[in-house]
Amino acid sequence: MAGEIWVLVEQWRGRVSDVTYEVLALGREVSAATGASLQAVLLGSDVKDLLPTLGAADGVLVTEHPTLGEPVSEIWALALAQLVERHQPLVLLIPQTNVTMEIGSLLATRLRLPFVNFCRDIQVTDKRLVARCLLYGGKVEATVAPQTPAVLGVLPGVRPQEQGRAERTPTVTAISLDLPAEPPVRFKGYTEPPPGDVDITRENILVAVGRGIQRPENVALAEELAAALGGAVCGSRPVIDQGWLPPSRQVGTSGMIVKPQLYLALGISGAPEHVQGMKDAALIIAINTDPRAPIFSVAHYGAVVDALEVLPVLTEIARSRRRVA
Amino acid sequence: MLNIMVLVKLVPDVVEELEIASDGRSLDPASVRLILNERDEHALEEALLLKERHGGTVTVVALDVPEVDDVLFTALAKGADRAVKISGVEAGLSTWAIAGALAKALTSSGLVPVDLILTGVQAIDDLDGQTGPIVARLLELPYVGMVCRVEVDVEAHKAVVIREYAGGVTGTFEVSLPAVLGIQSAEKPPRYVPVAKVRAAMKTQQLESVPVPGQGESSSVEILQMAKLEVTGGAVMLEGSPEEIAERIWDLLKERGLV
Repeated sequence: MAGEIWVLVEQWRGRVSDVTYEVLALGREVSAATGASLQAVLLGSDVKDLLPTLGAADGVLVTEHPTLGEPVSEIWALALAQLVERHQPLVLLIPQTNVTMEIGSLLATRLRLPFVNFCRDIQVTDKRLVARCLLYGGKVEATVAPQTPAVLGVLPGVRPQEQGRAERTPTVTAISLDLPAEPPVRFKGYTEPPPGDVDITRENILVAVGRGIQRPENVALAEELAAALGGAVCGSRPVIDQGWLPPSRQVGTSGMIVKPQLYLALGISGAPEHVQGMKDAALIIAINTDPRAPIFSVAHYGAVVDALEVLPVLTEIARSRRRVA
Repeated sequence: MLNIMVLVKLVPDVVEELEIASDGRSLDPASVRLILNERDEHALEEALLLKERHGGTVTVVALDVPEVDDVLFTALAKGADRAVKISGVEAGLSTWAIAGALAKALTSSGLVPVDLILTGVQAIDDLDGQTGPIVARLLELPYVGMVCRVEVDVEAHKAVVIREYAGGVTGTFEVSLPAVLGIQSAEKPPRYVPVAKVRAAMKTQQLESVPVPGQGESSSVEILQMAKLEVTGGAVMLEGSPEEIAERIWDLLKERGLV
């Protein structure tokens, strides 16, 4: 297997995202298994300050260009296509987040290379690259082997980020590319979220509701429990999509990352994009009717029962006993 | 006037218990009930909202798979103008093959160009790529994903789209039309349509069918094995009646000084 192992650096709004270090740690393992060097690929308009944070790689390929300042996927994919064609790496690992979501597909289609999505682990077995991918909302794992060279999208959490951090300045190779000055997709600016009624990232106790809450009226039951416990209500994507809770209450990769003392997950199946937002809570208690719901893999305590049957009872207990205490 | 195309895909309903087939590399079809990809439902909703705002047409396109008729008639009942099945594709679990077939059929049948192609930003079975960016590249159109709002300037032939990032931050992008957009969520929850209206659509409206010309694309990602993920991590399971479970939870909170 010839060719380097590349990791795309996800840099967003001036800083390298934590997921980059997780993927660098994985890239380091693939590099060791293949004997190829590990290169971080850093794109941006003015990113030299970020170089010392990428010491886990043997080297960094840097391309600076005014149109690479914000992650416009069309342009990033175009730049990566030029780099890949020129340097022929064996593998390009792309951290998969809302920032980088479509870069892999755009790039792979441009170059007619295989793309593997949703990777939760990658190994080299019998000189073949083998990836394990999460499908069907985290319910099934597919083990796949792409032809190489290949582009792989890696889910957050693949390795501890500490393993991909190193205090050393890697070898830097600056590469200039010819990119269009007026691309078909143009970045106009960011908008901060409107101040929500509650900042769920600051709450100690979160009562989280998902699709299993069934009806908008039942969100009120969760509100009552949260009030009785002294916490707040949040939700997973389907509940926000239905308009049952405002976007400020969304937990997950598109919403907020929360680390409360208690996360009580009611009727939440635990799709990967939700789990990313709450897995570091100190105590996770999950209630779901489906015994195979992925939420039970991340929960400390679980119960297979209709959350709507437990909710009012727990509210009543909290109300009566807190008063007494 | 806006001519909008919506590419939709059916995916297994994960509420059902999925089983692995005896080959160990695919789902047992008997365990699979296909439903519309949730993000595609949002793409259809956004298309219908844009049609209401600007006039024009909405054409819904899907591969011809079991249960697709119900999905397409539902789209017609919701307000889509045309529904097209793309036939003759054996794509298996390859979004690359599906998107390749779609791009080919759209071109050969003259269904494109349109002003906008909307599709769900991703699906739970997107093993080797996402439909939107692949189709965009194959048709050589610009693409923006994670979109949660679309404003079209018909005169200037461009759109301003809002993209979702983490923590509630959004980004604003301007894109020249025609373009492909990957929809994360529509501006409003997808509309509900009563079964009677779907039945009426079945009686009064027709689905069109377009074959894919020539050989299909095949995936260069080989599936070695597929396995159901066991629940791991050792969550302590609380047993008993709802009352007993509530009591146990209360005790856990008390032990930890949370209440």
